[in-house]
Amino acid sequence: MKDWMGKIRTLSLFSFLVIILSACGKDNLTALVPKGYGAEQSFNVIIISILVMIVVFVVVMAIYLYVILKFRQRKGQEDHIPKQTEGNKTLEMVWTVIPILLLIIIAVPTIVSTYDLADESEKENSINVNVTGLQFWWNFEYANEEIQTSQELYIPVDERIYLNMMSSDVIHSFWVPSISGKMDVSPENENTMYIEAFEEGVYWGKCTEFCGDSHSLMDFKIVVVSQEEYDQWVNGMENTDPEYTAEAATAQEGQELFENSCISCHAIDASANNPVVGPNLADFGNRTKVGGVRDFSKEEIVSWIVDPAEIKPGNGMLDAPYLEENSIGQEEAEKIADFLMELKATDEPVDSVQQFKDEANDN
Amino acid sequence: MSTMVATNKKGLGATLWDYLTTVDHKKIAIMYLIAGGFFFIIGGLEALAIRWQLVQPMNDFVSSGFYNELITMHGTTMIFLAAMPLIFAFMNAVVPLQIGARDVAFPFLNSLGFWLFLFGGIMLNVGWFTGGAADAGWTAYAPLSTTSIGEGVDYYVLGLQISGAGTLIGGINFLVTIVNMRAPGMTYMRMPLFTWTAFVASALILFAFPALTVGLFLMMFDRLFGAGFFDPAMGGNSVIWQHLFWIFGHPEVYILALPGFGIFSEIISTFSKKRLFGYTAMVFATVLIGFLGFMVWAHHMFTVGMGPAANSIFAVATMAIAVPTGIKIFNWLFTLWGGSIQINTPMLWALGFIPTFTLGGMTGVMVAAASADFQYHDTYFVVAHFHYVIVGGVVFALFAGTHYWWPKMFGTVLDDKLGKLTFWLFFIGFHLTFFIQHFLGLMGMPRRYWVYMENQGLDLGNMISTIGAFLMGLGTIVLLINIIKTSVKNEKVSGDPWDARTLEWAIPSPPPFYNFKQLPLVRGLDPLWVEKTEGRKGMTPAEPLTDIHMPNNSFLPFVMSLGLFIAGFGFIYQKHDLSWLIVLFIGMGITLGCMLVRSVKDDLGYHVHKEDLKKEAEE
Amino acid sequence: MSEQDILNPKHMPHDPEKATLEGKNKFMGFWFFLGGETVLFASLFGTYLALNDSTNGGSSSEELFGLELVFIMTMLLLTSSLTSVYAMYHMKNHAFKKMQIWLGITVALGLGFLGCEIYEFYHYIHGEHFTMRSSAFGSAFYTLVGFHGGHVVFGLLWIIALMIRNARRGLNLYNAPKFYLASLYWHFIDVVWVFIFTVVYLMGVL
Repeated sequence: MKDWMGKIRTLSLFSFLVIILSACGKDNLTALVPKGYGAEQSFNVIIISILVMIVVFVVVMAIYLYVILKFRQRKGQEDHIPKQTEGNKTLEMVWTVIPILLLIIIAVPTIVSTYDLADESEKENSINVNVTGLQFWWNFEYANEEIQTSQELYIPVDERIYLNMMSSDVIHSFWVPSISGKMDVSPENENTMYIEAFEEGVYWGKCTEFCGDSHSLMDFKIVVVSQEEYDQWVNGMENTDPEYTAEAATAQEGQELFENSCISCHAIDASANNPVVGPNLADFGNRTKVGGVRDFSKEEIVSWIVDPAEIKPGNGMLDAPYLEENSIGQEEAEKIADFLMELKATDEPVDSVQQFKDEANDN
Repeated sequence: MSTMVATNKKGLGATLWDYLTTVDHKKIAIMYLIAGGFFFIIGGLEALAIRWQLVQPMNDFVSSGFYNELITMHGTTMIFLAAMPLIFAFMNAVVPLQIGARDVAFPFLNSLGFWLFLFGGIMLNVGWFTGGAADAGWTAYAPLSTTSIGEGVDYYVLGLQISGAGTLIGGINFLVTIVNMRAPGMTYMRMPLFTWTAFVASALILFAFPALTVGLFLMMFDRLFGAGFFDPAMGGNSVIWQHLFWIFGHPEVYILALPGFGIFSEIISTFSKKRLFGYTAMVFATVLIGFLGFMVWAHHMFTVGMGPAANSIFAVATMAIAVPTGIKIFNWLFTLWGGSIQINTPMLWALGFIPTFTLGGMTGVMVAAASADFQYHDTYFVVAHFHYVIVGGVVFALFAGTHYWWPKMFGTVLDDKLGKLTFWLFFIGFHLTFFIQHFLGLMGMPRRYWVYMENQGLDLGNMISTIGAFLMGLGTIVLLINIIKTSVKNEKVSGDPWDARTLEWAIPSPPPFYNFKQLPLVRGLDPLWVEKTEGRKGMTPAEPLTDIHMPNNSFLPFVMSLGLFIAGFGFIYQKHDLSWLIVLFIGMGITLGCMLVRSVKDDLGYHVHKEDLKKEAEE
Repeated sequence: MSEQDILNPKHMPHDPEKATLEGKNKFMGFWFFLGGETVLFASLFGTYLALNDSTNGGSSSEELFGLELVFIMTMLLLTSSLTSVYAMYHMKNHAFKKMQIWLGITVALGLGFLGCEIYEFYHYIHGEHFTMRSSAFGSAFYTLVGFHGGHVVFGLLWIIALMIRNARRGLNLYNAPKFYLASLYWHFIDVVWVFIFTVVYLMGVL
């Protein structure tokens, strides 16, 4: 099975790539350049179905063009009455049976891969992450490691990770096109899917179930790292300290402000015991993005704090008392930003993140 | 418009009263056409606003809240308030004529169906003026819809409930009309394909709409009366809504598409001057599509987490629909084969439909493959797919039908040059808009996205898509100009301007209010064609000239619908203030009162006397 | 057929409800309508079955339902279905008075059923504090059974209106289809109740 699918894939991949050339979309975002197990399985079925369908389309169009060109009414033939045919049993059999055969060609790999992608046999021995979707961000709790993080899910390369997903408000959907197809995140049933990435890097994740005002801004990332880096990162996360004190002077002031206005919703350590209210900020200093969508920089953090509605309309932070009291201005926000940027699980960002940030700066 | 000219003698007030109280299927058809056309333009403007917002990354043409209202109302308006009534316009205008009937089975209910639709449609749009229209998507998935702030979703629920009741009534009406009212000799297997598709679509309406009715009731109870069907905190389950919605929603696709197929079947046969190839297979395929349409709803829910068994079953069932659909495509092609193809505007739409719908069908099979759908689902790929199906299959058909049956409805022929211009603008615009969206979806653009980010490779595709949308808008404007021009010119045509084949062309354009002076004797498929090939000019009557029984006009349907419209406000605003219950009771009182009047007051109709018919013929 | 033939027929056919085209249309249209109603109730039953365990910590079906009252209600409604059959039997024999009497008995039984249902709901709401807002189960229960109850109310009003309207003038080809459809509607209500009795009450208690 795998063998001939592989052959078809390489062959068709080539022709397909030629057709749409560079129009495959952005690397690590597009589903057309799969870099994970789920995405690859889906891509195989996509290619098989496209090939079959192109055959059908070519046949239809050939007949179509032929009849239009051949049987168009000519000048002076307006009174010509063509032969009134009722039908043709043989022909009708042909175009009933052949499509059935073609559909079987698509249906078999579809069913095989559908079952394959729902396989939970390795769940017990794999990394399990409890994913929570909220308007408009994501929380990731590592079940065995007892740590949690938000917005950026770190996973080791070539390893099957099981995601147990639930929403705490409306329905969301978890989609990282380059790694895997999507799965809904519903408020009443836990859905499980697995992901496995083939290459290190930072992958774009999107919410694909309409969930409100900032549905289009509910981005997240999957950071795929080497096993070694992963272990370091988990270790760093486990050692994040709720009692951490800031180093720089401005950051210390920022911490004080943070403790007055922010800490009731945002934890600064990665313990899984912290309630999921606002995004966990334990590893905030190594984030690739601010709010999931803006480039990571102090200015962006400040503008987020000062006016979160501007970046993500309708997000949960709009209820924060400091906004109503107007107690945090530009200056205070800068201090808080200094503090937040100090919060790191690992002193240096993992390679993937570093590379991602470098590329972002080049743009 | 031409009918206006005919009735102008009566004065505006009398004409208006005539239309408010009419039970004549031809006038109701015209009202459906105008109202549906109006909502089509509203929905189109919403579409243009959506595309303009997406013309460049991180655009700020509209706010996210308003954008969500736009996409919700665009979908809802186009499906329920444009496509459905326009299909009903042609069903009303044509089906009774095609089967040789003087009216539908229930003229009163026909009128009631229209007014319910119209008041429901208005109700849906009231939200715009009371703090925001519905904003939870046309699918209104709970709990997003049940927790949506304001009254927008309430208007959605009440509006759809009212117009849905109208649709259901219309469906039953056409079922009975087609079963009971066929002219002598019009057997089932001699019915024109449009009538067949209208029949199957009506059956689908009958069995699909009640599921929506229940879904809407549950949502109404959740939002307005504190029930907990979809509220996880009360033990509810939001997936129930999805099931109910799609048990209705998938057949809905065929409710729209099948009559579209019917329209194309008539046009292709007429303008290739050939009887429909494989008529029996076409009928069989129509029925099969209708049947399978009920078995596949969960393919909209592959990512809900139903498990691989359910996903596989629904995937295979869905793919099976491609077979009867393919049969249809090939039968159309072989109707053209060997014909004498005349390419005018209606035919051009039909010829444009074949490749477009084939593409839509292809992507349909692709999205049916569950494991591949994990990538397509809720992305622009799906947006592209269903627009290929619904615009390519339904809107093209509506444009085609408008040009084809305009003479029958109004007695004039729409300008062919302008018609062709409409086609090319719309056709090119359509493919520009939607073809690229397949790729946008696979490149990582989910649907219902208010903005997309810079540097994600999505800019060019979206720009092209927006340009295409405006071309479609331009095409629609040309059609409007065409309608005005044709109406002003008002050049009357004969009853059979296309040298066509079916019964509606055997009587004058527009037909007299009693349609057939004497019911025709049908002697085969394409009855008019049968007579023509035997050298006769028209149909042979099946009965002597006798008095014709006609139904009375009635104002009750309008008032009855108005009552529900009023009650709708009571339902909604009692959630803030219980004194609004008075409005609810008044509205329901009006409607129930009308029903009582209708039940106890005898309404036997009247007769057109044969002496008058003879006199009319002599004039 | 002229108005006179319909309102004062010289000769009543055996099936007066289907003697005119209008009657035939109504007969068929109503059957289609009942087909739609079946889907409506099927959807409500489906919803109920999905939610009947979702009590959210509140009252469950085992705690609430008692079969005695429901059994009486079932008997009332089943009997009323039978009496409406008698009414239709007399309609076909053109015995208008007897038809009215049997319809009257049908209405009385229907009112009895409705009284029991109102008592039942009152008991749940005030005695057990079990309402539509208690849990998803509560919502599903009241919606399903309430929809049926609403149908009963409508059916009763319909039959009563027809009885009063035609009390003086008797049976003709114009009102015969109306009586017939009202009785058909009544049978449908009865069938739905049999399912409610089984699915909601019997399965709820067992």
